[in-house]
Amino acid sequence: MAWIGERDLGTKAIAAAAPTMVTVRIDGQDVAVPEGTSIMRAAALIGTDVPKLCATDTLEAFGSCRLCLVEIDGRNGYPASCTTPVADGMVVRTQTDRLAKLRRGVMELYISDHPLDCLTCSANGDCELQDQAGAVGLRDVRYGYEGRNHLVADKDESNPYFTFDPAKCIVCSRCVRACDEIQGTFALTIEGSGFGSKVAASQNDSFLESDCVSCGACVQACPTSALIEKSVIETGTPDKAVITTCAYCGVGCTFRAEMRGEQLVRMVPWKDGKANRGHSCVKGRFAWGYANHRDRILKPMIRASVEDPWREVSWDEAIAYTASEFRRIQAKYGKDSVGGITSSRCTNEETFLVQKLIRQGFGNNNVDTCARVCHSPTGYGLKTTFGTSAGTQDFDSVAQADVIMVIGANPTDGHPVFASRMKQRLRQGAKLIVVDPRRTDIVRTPHVAATHHLPLRPGTNVAVLTAIAHVVVTERLADEAFVRERCDWSEFEDWAAFVAQPQRSPEATEALTGVPAADLRAAARLFATGGNGAIYYGLGVTEHSQGSSTVMAIANLAMATGNIGREGVGVNPLRGQNNVQGACDMGSFPHEYSGYRHVSDAATRAMFEQAWGVTLDAEPGLRIPNMLDAATDGTFKALFVQGEDILQSDPNTHHVAAGLAAMECVVVQDLFLNETANYAHVFLPGSTFLEKDGTFTNAERRIQRVRKVMEPLNGYGDWEIVQLVANAIGLDWRYSHPSEIMDEIAALTPTFARVSYDALDRLGSLQWPATEAAPEGTPTMHIDHFVRGKGHFVVTDYIPTDEKTGPRFPLLLTTGRILSQYNVGAQTRRTDNVVWHPEDRLEIHPHDAENRGIRDGDWVSLRSRAGETTLRALITERVAPGIVYTTFHHPATQANVITTDYSDWATNCPEYKVTAVQVAISNGPSDWQQAYQAQTERSRRVLPEAAE
Amino acid sequence: MSTLDQLVYMANQIARELGSQCPDRPVAATRDHLHQFWDPRMRQAIVAYLDRGGEHLSDIARSAVAQLRETAERAD
Repeated sequence: MAWIGERDLGTKAIAAAAPTMVTVRIDGQDVAVPEGTSIMRAAALIGTDVPKLCATDTLEAFGSCRLCLVEIDGRNGYPASCTTPVADGMVVRTQTDRLAKLRRGVMELYISDHPLDCLTCSANGDCELQDQAGAVGLRDVRYGYEGRNHLVADKDESNPYFTFDPAKCIVCSRCVRACDEIQGTFALTIEGSGFGSKVAASQNDSFLESDCVSCGACVQACPTSALIEKSVIETGTPDKAVITTCAYCGVGCTFRAEMRGEQLVRMVPWKDGKANRGHSCVKGRFAWGYANHRDRILKPMIRASVEDPWREVSWDEAIAYTASEFRRIQAKYGKDSVGGITSSRCTNEETFLVQKLIRQGFGNNNVDTCARVCHSPTGYGLKTTFGTSAGTQDFDSVAQADVIMVIGANPTDGHPVFASRMKQRLRQGAKLIVVDPRRTDIVRTPHVAATHHLPLRPGTNVAVLTAIAHVVVTERLADEAFVRERCDWSEFEDWAAFVAQPQRSPEATEALTGVPAADLRAAARLFATGGNGAIYYGLGVTEHSQGSSTVMAIANLAMATGNIGREGVGVNPLRGQNNVQGACDMGSFPHEYSGYRHVSDAATRAMFEQAWGVTLDAEPGLRIPNMLDAATDGTFKALFVQGEDILQSDPNTHHVAAGLAAMECVVVQDLFLNETANYAHVFLPGSTFLEKDGTFTNAERRIQRVRKVMEPLNGYGDWEIVQLVANAIGLDWRYSHPSEIMDEIAALTPTFARVSYDALDRLGSLQWPATEAAPEGTPTMHIDHFVRGKGHFVVTDYIPTDEKTGPRFPLLLTTGRILSQYNVGAQTRRTDNVVWHPEDRLEIHPHDAENRGIRDGDWVSLRSRAGETTLRALITERVAPGIVYTTFHHPATQANVITTDYSDWATNCPEYKVTAVQVAISNGPSDWQQAYQAQTERSRRVLPEAAE
Repeated sequence: MSTLDQLVYMANQIARELGSQCPDRPVAATRDHLHQFWDPRMRQAIVAYLDRGGEHLSDIARSAVAQLRETAERAD
């Protein structure tokens, strides 16, 4: 249920831009509200809480509990105030003797079948049933407690995070409605009727075995302790709350971190959060236990050689050693022999400091970030076409979309809270087009079915998008008025002539893309003519050798159909990590300062030089793969890695390992001894998002506060650690709070000019650009004109990847993520989320499995030109014949042993999504896996700290 | 793939893409891309490769790298 301190107005607000207002008199007090508002909500707005049980302001009114009855002048009976809208001039009474008697009667029935164990109940003091019994003045239950009841019903404790106790259930349906209306999974139902009614998960399964995705919406909606977090049962109810931002995916859900003292009791999605609108997923809601996991390293450690065990040292020694090593190496090998990697899991302020450390302190631009391996093509492609390296909309925009095209994204797994919002719109009637090699859940899920699923062959995105554009142009479906006004017309003509060529048609490209031409034509017509067309895409677009070209092809399509510059449309990259947008914004790329300004731009560089008091390098630095290449060549010798595990997440593990092994000093700043730390010489323990202040920027460019709710277990916030390193190498940084870092960012970054902690506290969040012209931010970009002026059409010729299938490697591997795990799994593997995904599995089509004699669950070897690993098979028709799929969450699998060095032509974003492989029956872990496991165990030995 | 092989592959990949995107100025576009996004040691390595014959560079990439060399020489 909602935290005790959060007001519940009973029913939803009316969503209308300019509603008609009506005035109603409630208990003698006039109130003006939008037409359509419920009596319950109108009363709540003037401070009158009508008793209720089945109503809550996050759900549609239901009218079942009969507790919220009111009297209305001129009307017979006692209508439910939750389902009765106000009318102009209506006179309502919420409290009369007759109403009180009716409500007590209803409450008597509820209580006669409810355990009277309030003092020992886990929801004591935070129970709506308890509250309402008090509100209606219940003093007696005339029916007694000996009749038929549900008090001995079995409790379901199968879910690792919450319990379901039917004895406490009042069958109000709030949980069922939350699962339907908010989450859109439809996993719960009310089984039976009358006295036999009960909440059931799926086909009367346990919660764990049911279709439930553990988003927590049902728990949040429950008015009693029937559904309650195990953490509340174990700890007690919270007594305070702090608003903060989730540290998982790029949706950027805001939560109430509900505390008892300094102990986190639970994370509850914040109703006023503008990204998540009060919803959550299993990761943000429940998977925060890693913060206190026994694997967490809390003391700094150093070692001279990666063959040595770690030695715990003081912070002073670790910082001094780090500084001396970087200075030694620069003195010996030159200033460009060192660099660093910023983290998309850390705050804007922390990533800004790491790139500043490298630029100001190391004197070069050898800084990169994990966006290199995910959305760097988004930055390049959207900057080229529109002028800004970011998505065009806010998440609310999806509610205005008429046709939603999802390309290379799996939102129900990767961005589940946004997926729920998308499904809400689809259930209202918007059409869905899915372009994906796999039949992802969004293709067909309860009450949602894609009008078109285009199951393209991996690596043919550009051909498919160009074929869609071919249909738009040749069938004269383009929005020429928009293009003439907003884009460069001559570039459009060149582009239109290109896509109109016969060899770009759906029919001509069907053989290579695998997409039936008729389906593609129909999808193109729907997108061009179906009203507001919104494109959402993910790493299935960017992680290809033509990733940047695909992003530009998407931008071309949006411009050609006039789907830019208003609500309900746009080009929307679904960002992977919580702060990957922010890390890019903060100047983490080796060619750009914050705000995406090239290092060669003299005016920008001069501004930073003046602020930082040094001469800055005007040449671009090395990207991550280039750093590793330079390391194996002997010109790159030291790396500072904050919150990133490149050994597990980056392609071609053997190459990454060789690069790291060639360096003389690798510093890893992280929560855990990750895989990269196997090659590290210094380990600086990091802090979790619960332990520091800062900001994250989500996929809609929304800057949101991260608030410290407990002291860092390691002693320092990550920004403080970077400051210690900076000062140890001779800089003079004096930040006393992250707000001062944000002030510096704002002073040096035009798009952040009006961003400050005061503004964020006042407004809740800000979407950049936040400038003089838009002091409260910019939800929708490119409204009147593109940031670059005229929209730029780019010809995107389809060029097949050089990663080819053949007799030795006849299958195509594509990789991705799953709902319960996150990225390399460093956090989620250290939570109970492992019950849903304890290992990476290889999805393989039944035909391909049968040809190889593979049965479901068999160990199989997965081999490519780059390497080999083994994992167990999962036979499924979600993948097409010829395609196999796996996740990369578990280091025991190391799926990136398989992936290759091929990368996006413009940005070097790896081609994770296309690897030619062979699959065969295996007996178990490969020789490499066994050797790696042994190396890992050897590398993680820690000597006890020497006495000081 | 060695680092040099990787650089040659990348240069050709960039040239091939920009050749179709910028048909009226493919060489200049490729040169500009290398200049904007490649670290100096990568540019020096590809120029040195061209000085040794640049056998596996495509025509566009070869011309672009030659222009890079001229730019570098002027800067010196």
